[in-house]
Amino acid sequence: MTLFRTIVLLAALVGFGAGVVLTVVQQFGTQPLIVKAEGFEQARTEASAPKPHHHDAMGAHDHLAASAADVAAAEAHEAHDHGDGWAPADGAERFLWTLAANVVSGVGFALLLVAASELKGGLTSWREGLFWGLAGFAVFTLAPSIGLPPEAPGVEGAPLMDRQIWWIGTAVATAAGLALLAYGRSPLTALGAIVLIAAPHVIGAPQATEAPAIPRDLEHDFVVAVIVTGFVFWAAIGVLAGALRGRFAAA
Amino acid sequence: MRPVMTDLTRSPTRAGALSATRALPIVCAFLLGVVVIGGTGFAQMAAAHNAAHDHRHSIGFPCH
Repeated sequence: MTLFRTIVLLAALVGFGAGVVLTVVQQFGTQPLIVKAEGFEQARTEASAPKPHHHDAMGAHDHLAASAADVAAAEAHEAHDHGDGWAPADGAERFLWTLAANVVSGVGFALLLVAASELKGGLTSWREGLFWGLAGFAVFTLAPSIGLPPEAPGVEGAPLMDRQIWWIGTAVATAAGLALLAYGRSPLTALGAIVLIAAPHVIGAPQATEAPAIPRDLEHDFVVAVIVTGFVFWAAIGVLAGALRGRFAAA
Repeated sequence: MRPVMTDLTRSPTRAGALSATRALPIVCAFLLGVVVIGGTGFAQMAAAHNAAHDHRHSIGFPCH
């Protein structure tokens, strides 16, 4: 399994580098918008929060029942809020968890890119890697964003599971389509590729019924920031994988 | 007498591109990547969601 170890080691290095690049871009791009959007999200949550009952308005007899109703309302409200359970404290702790998640995801995506490119014989240059990175950007950022524009906090979507299934299905179909386009040999495979890439959008992504809590321009800026951030992230994965792969090729 | 170089023998790495001994570790590494991304991007546990919250939003994963 030396090839397995080589791929994992290369992907670990690439993922670390790309995760750090992502973190830097994120701090200037998406992060300020996330914080801004959370302000709107919180304002709406507070506006819809259950109000405690008025003691003066009811007799002592009703008090117990009213308290129980308060508790039930508060619990229902908390269950709706996604912030339940442990969460990192704002500041350094939140930043470090984000950095960690960025690096781990970077390693995960690098594993996909390096493994897929090894099936075709392995990357030979940073430039070849960059083109693989562009394919990753198309598969994991562009294609899912067409039907499910990246959501800032406060933008309510359709049920999470439905969106995740559509997101993953779109990424898989787009990847398969691009592979057929690049390596297929007949016009028929090219036609199949085009059908595969278009199909998820013909089927359509699950859409939200609730209006977003944030202003339209913030929603727009966030979509742009995520797509540009994704582009830089994938370019970093591809270039690093292509540049570093040569040092591991002998193994 | 040296064998005639063909397209396949010219590049040893590309010649072995699809042999079974190469394919198995490659597929394993790919599946490991799928598991890793499933954990950071798609696990619905509250703690996993909260820890990776800003990451998920920034990469465009469906989030809460």
